[in-house]
Amino acid sequence: MLQIENLRASIGGKEILRGVNLEVHAGEVHAVMGPNGSGKSTLAQVLAGRESYDVTGKVLYEGEDLLALSPEERAAAGVFLAFQYPVEIPGVGNLYFVRTALNSLRRQQGLDELDAIDFLSLAKERMRLVEMDESFMGRSVNEGFSGGEKKRNEIFQMAVLEPKLAILDETDSGLDIDALRVVAQGVNALRSEGRAMLVITHYQRLLDYIVPDVVHVFADGQIVRSGDKDLALELEQHGYADLEQRATLASAAAPVVGATS
Amino acid sequence: MTDVSSEVREFASREYQYGFVTDLETDVAPRGLNEDVIRLISSKKNEPDWMLEWRLKAYRGWLTMEEPTWQKANYAPIDYQDIIYYAAPKPKVALTSLDEVDPEVLAMFDKLGISLAEQERLSGVAVDAIVDSVSVATTFKEKLADVGVIFCSFSEAVQCHPELVKRYLGTVVPRRDNFFAALNSAVFSDGSFCFIPKGVRCPMELSTYFRINAADTGQFERTLIIAEEGASVSYLEGCTAPMRDTNQLHAAVVELVALDDAQIKYSTVQNWYPGDAEGRGGIYNFVTKRGKCAGVNSKISWTQVETGSAITWKYPGVILQGDNSVGEFYSVALTANHQQADTGTKMIHIGKNTSSTIVSKAISAGHGQNTYRGLVKVLDSASGARNHTQCDSLLLGGDCGAHTFPYVEVKNPTAQVEHEASTSKIGEDQLFYCRQRGIPEEDAVSMIVNGFCREVFKELPMEFAVEAQKLLSVSLEGSVG
Repeated sequence: MLQIENLRASIGGKEILRGVNLEVHAGEVHAVMGPNGSGKSTLAQVLAGRESYDVTGKVLYEGEDLLALSPEERAAAGVFLAFQYPVEIPGVGNLYFVRTALNSLRRQQGLDELDAIDFLSLAKERMRLVEMDESFMGRSVNEGFSGGEKKRNEIFQMAVLEPKLAILDETDSGLDIDALRVVAQGVNALRSEGRAMLVITHYQRLLDYIVPDVVHVFADGQIVRSGDKDLALELEQHGYADLEQRATLASAAAPVVGATS
Repeated sequence: MTDVSSEVREFASREYQYGFVTDLETDVAPRGLNEDVIRLISSKKNEPDWMLEWRLKAYRGWLTMEEPTWQKANYAPIDYQDIIYYAAPKPKVALTSLDEVDPEVLAMFDKLGISLAEQERLSGVAVDAIVDSVSVATTFKEKLADVGVIFCSFSEAVQCHPELVKRYLGTVVPRRDNFFAALNSAVFSDGSFCFIPKGVRCPMELSTYFRINAADTGQFERTLIIAEEGASVSYLEGCTAPMRDTNQLHAAVVELVALDDAQIKYSTVQNWYPGDAEGRGGIYNFVTKRGKCAGVNSKISWTQVETGSAITWKYPGVILQGDNSVGEFYSVALTANHQQADTGTKMIHIGKNTSSTIVSKAISAGHGQNTYRGLVKVLDSASGARNHTQCDSLLLGGDCGAHTFPYVEVKNPTAQVEHEASTSKIGEDQLFYCRQRGIPEEDAVSMIVNGFCREVFKELPMEFAVEAQKLLSVSLEGSVG
């Protein structure tokens, strides 16, 4: 589903992604773990189409050149990003926002728009998935939401929009254990044959709830190790310091390919 | 990727949608202004002597006054002798019903999306349609007359209800209030007159569409609304003007009077021609709007959505004279291209326990300059007066500006006055969030801007709120692709 080859991204002349290679198949859940500042979130932003970066390399999504698409086209193609810091949009009702999003996607996909009544029953069903109170729906997008409520709202949107590739950027950060359980439960309910997930996290604890098929360790803008779920446990014990050392060695040894602009 | 997205640039260079000219046979006064022109206007309208005298006094006052220069707006000097002060479309026959209205006039309203027939049938809104200076069609008059409401053109009021006009005209905006009000008082051509008698709640929203049509014609409307004890009324005003290269002066005066326990809600959607992308042409909208809460427990509420005009200079205010009276001002002002808006309100607290609320939302794009200027004045008689002011500005792009000039004068120590202000840029983060969800950039900007304005839009009557949102969305159309 997703093939990333030698992806590099820089902002203001500073290179953040330094040659990422990754392959994700439909139905798989990949965890990307790594210390703060290692470029994990940049990877998420670049895949979703954030325009502030200078990007080189190749990203194929279902065989298409993902980097050539605008953010909204990527969304229509089924790419979803659960934001680490969901933004507030004052004055725009949450339910209205999600319905507009869904219908924009449907329009781009050549489907009929859902009317308010059909949408409402869909939304109510998906809200239950993340144990979200209906009172959130009338409030403005993320305005006055607690950290946990914002994250739940992201997973709720994912449940409504039903993406093929979901990227969860530090969805566990700032969550207490109950909220974490609820969010993970929502994510797990959305795991399916046709859907791939890229779960970005700093801590291993999320992976107790969302068990990944593959774990990648990210350091200094690269994937430095990949393995199965046990790799996460290993990291938990030894920390990232050991890995960062390895990354330095790896990048020193890596051949320079496709220099960045 | 620059910091100004293509969306924002498109928005800033949007085209005016109502720029067509209707060919009507027009009856015009000679160019320029002197006492003879005023006498001509007065005689054309078959006015009584007292009305002519009133105009002449205003004119003589105006001659001694200077055009104000304190507002934050730049424009070439106006040659007041190069303006035509009166133009009326010639009706072919005397009008007694909508069927007899000039079909071209009706077609023009249709083009604007204001089909009178449709409004009459569907929405139950009584429309007093004004093309240039003469009221051409008045609907629902009989129904209103049943409950004693008078809703007619100002000219008709002078003929049929002179005692009411005489009693209230100039009591809120005196003849010599300011340069433009004085000019209006001398040459006003027509406008609307509403009188809601004691204890009557007006059974429908009253609505007027103004339209400047003949080239180089200043339009000087005069509107007077009176709500007697316990009466209430909601009045809607919408404006559009055709595209012209030369600037047209629009200097209106609106006076509202609310007696004991009366309520007046006045809503405006102003969409005059703003000029082209280089800042040529467009309306100079220099307007004096003021209400007087003359009675106890009375309430006057102004809601305005200002998206048009090259220059807007307007401060709908409320004089809070009656004890416990309430004044409100809700405003959305949008400036794009080279538009300039200097707008705000004046809340004058005189009575005890009077309160006022000001919510101002300014959106600037392109080279637009948006200024909030507001005065909150609490006199020493106004014990327990309260004011809350909130001014928010939203900037789209890096070439526009937002300015806030709040003036606060408090003479009573028991008064509470609060002022909040914020300025934000339409966030790259917000746009990206929307686009990531599949919402195209153009729709996302429209959504964010409408959200920013929601506090004001929710004050508008339903059909107007829809129109206002449409107007903003239309303004945001035509980017992407």
